[in-house]
Amino acid sequence: MSNTPDPTPGTPPLAPPDLDLVEETGAVERVIERRRSITSLLPSRSPKLIAGLVILAVIVLYAIVMPHFVMDPRAISTDMLKPPGYGGHLLGTNQAGQDIWAQLAYGTGGSLVIGLTVGALATVLSAFFGVFGAYVGGAVDEGFALFTNVILVIPGLPLTIVIGNYVPVQQRGLFLISVVLAITSWAGSARVLRSVTMSVRNRDYVAAARISGEKTWRVLVVEILPNLIPVMASQLIFSVIFAILGEAGLSFLGLGANGTYTLGTILYFANQSLALTQGAWWWFIPPGLMIALLGMALSLVNFSIDEIINPKLRQSTRAAQRKWGLTPAQIKKSQEENLR
Amino acid sequence: MRFYVQKLLFYVAAFWAALTLNFLIPRMMPGDPVSIILMKLAASGQPVTPETRQAIAIQLGGIGEGSWQSQYWRYLGNLAHGDLGVSISNYPVKVTDILQQALPWTITLIGLATVIAFLAGISLGIFAGWKRGSWLDNLIPAATAFQSVPYFWLALVLLLVFSRYLQWFPLGQGYDTMAFPILHPGLNWPFLSSAAYHAVLPALTIVLSSVAGWMLGMRNMMVSTLSEDYILTAQAKGLKPGRVRFTYAARNAVLPSLSGFAISLGFVVAGSIVTEQVFSYPGIGFQMWKAVSNNDYPLMQGTFLVISVAVLGANLLVDLLLGLIDPRTRARS
Repeated sequence: MSNTPDPTPGTPPLAPPDLDLVEETGAVERVIERRRSITSLLPSRSPKLIAGLVILAVIVLYAIVMPHFVMDPRAISTDMLKPPGYGGHLLGTNQAGQDIWAQLAYGTGGSLVIGLTVGALATVLSAFFGVFGAYVGGAVDEGFALFTNVILVIPGLPLTIVIGNYVPVQQRGLFLISVVLAITSWAGSARVLRSVTMSVRNRDYVAAARISGEKTWRVLVVEILPNLIPVMASQLIFSVIFAILGEAGLSFLGLGANGTYTLGTILYFANQSLALTQGAWWWFIPPGLMIALLGMALSLVNFSIDEIINPKLRQSTRAAQRKWGLTPAQIKKSQEENLR
Repeated sequence: MRFYVQKLLFYVAAFWAALTLNFLIPRMMPGDPVSIILMKLAASGQPVTPETRQAIAIQLGGIGEGSWQSQYWRYLGNLAHGDLGVSISNYPVKVTDILQQALPWTITLIGLATVIAFLAGISLGIFAGWKRGSWLDNLIPAATAFQSVPYFWLALVLLLVFSRYLQWFPLGQGYDTMAFPILHPGLNWPFLSSAAYHAVLPALTIVLSSVAGWMLGMRNMMVSTLSEDYILTAQAKGLKPGRVRFTYAARNAVLPSLSGFAISLGFVVAGSIVTEQVFSYPGIGFQMWKAVSNNDYPLMQGTFLVISVAVLGANLLVDLLLGLIDPRTRARS
């Protein structure tokens, strides 16, 4: 297999076409053709996916562009605890007269950076412990699996709180918080990746690649990893949500990143200044709403990825059933979709 | 039998890992807790002598006293005697006494809320998965928004609406502190009803935030299970839809939800710690927050240990239950 110039070697070979369906081979070949293109790796377009991506794009753009247009989020003024709209403050001001719209713009960026950093770190960790262990097998696998399961059952946030509290405030930067969150969040993904790797590892084409003398890393990266991409993408998105929520919780307890605005730190200051009892809802509603929107957008994208991983989730929905038994062209189309 | 022994051994290993982490973290992190407390003492104008330093080090479980091995053995020995040290912020109250008072509150709140959320989520998931594309199924994306809402923010919103504006529920605390000035005034009706009244909003927060996760997992498993051959057989036999739905599909679909309990419980516990702080609920999470904000290291380590042990215990229970109701888990070991 190492000599074939197949651009997607991770693709499991399709079953040979039935003799009765020789005239259908053209269709099968077209399907194979489609698999080779990158687009076949992407989720099929669905309202959920589009809605998720649009919300996500708006939030990311907001976090990138908006900080250039707002006033300094630290600038103190005498307009203390003013409701939205007062004196040009779009979302009002806080206890110190700081503009909440500006803080929200900076905070969204901070939360996104933490989310992406943790997501990347946790994915690397889970791939190492899940994929590598399961592929090598034997004592390494046993050891990795035990380690993963132990980390999984030890409650994450309390551990993060304890670690965070022992780090001096000056050293508690954005990156350190991300590392701590990543350390406590990779185990769930690693367990899933391990079970998927186990099943992929035993497929014939992987055995063929091994017997033909391919190096371990090449079998892992070229033969096995492409099959794991949808699962890993889903896990990545999940750990981004986890990280944004975890960071918010940590910041809310006063253990967040020092000197940076995140959505969690805004909520922390709101709670510290008793925004609730003063009725200053404009101080703590927007950051939480932003977290919820971000989480919802990411979950919507995840739904579409889940439908790739588990085709049962996408077949035979009512919408799909209505398609059945209509014009021959549509039947053909749905057949192609089932093959895919 | 082998299954149960394996499970027990695994949780013993996990318990040991939690104990050791609790030992290692204070010693490996860059911050020096002894110096931090000394600085606090000095700032409050108290004399700081080398003896003070030594006394504080001993109070913190002998950090920096002797070799690592001897520290570790002393730490394990203290734990075996149930000695978690003395709280710094509530000096000279023992950490174990504080934990003993806080634990029933948390276990009752999280336990009840988790059971309610689990049952509600599973039932909703059964119906959403059974009727694909129904209104309930289309509700799922909205439900995930609840899942992505931080627990403590939902708590703030509920407080704003139901306590501040509508004034239906109290703003915090675990019971009416005016009517019951002494803590734990006994298990009588007025106290219990006051506690239940105060627990409504915290419990609602936990249920609302965690129900969507159970629902989504159950719905996806229902969908997968419904395409199994035995479901088709059951339908072909002419069984009533209700029987197919519950006895054939739901019973099998619920198993992964149970085996994923560990991950879900971790989320619930994490959310509840912060939720307790919003409500000033007198549980473990609130104590943990107090310990964090006062640099009360012994109390913080104690709360971490108690939370870990409770989570491990709950997971062990679910694992054993799973082995009992799903023979395949036993056969696999």
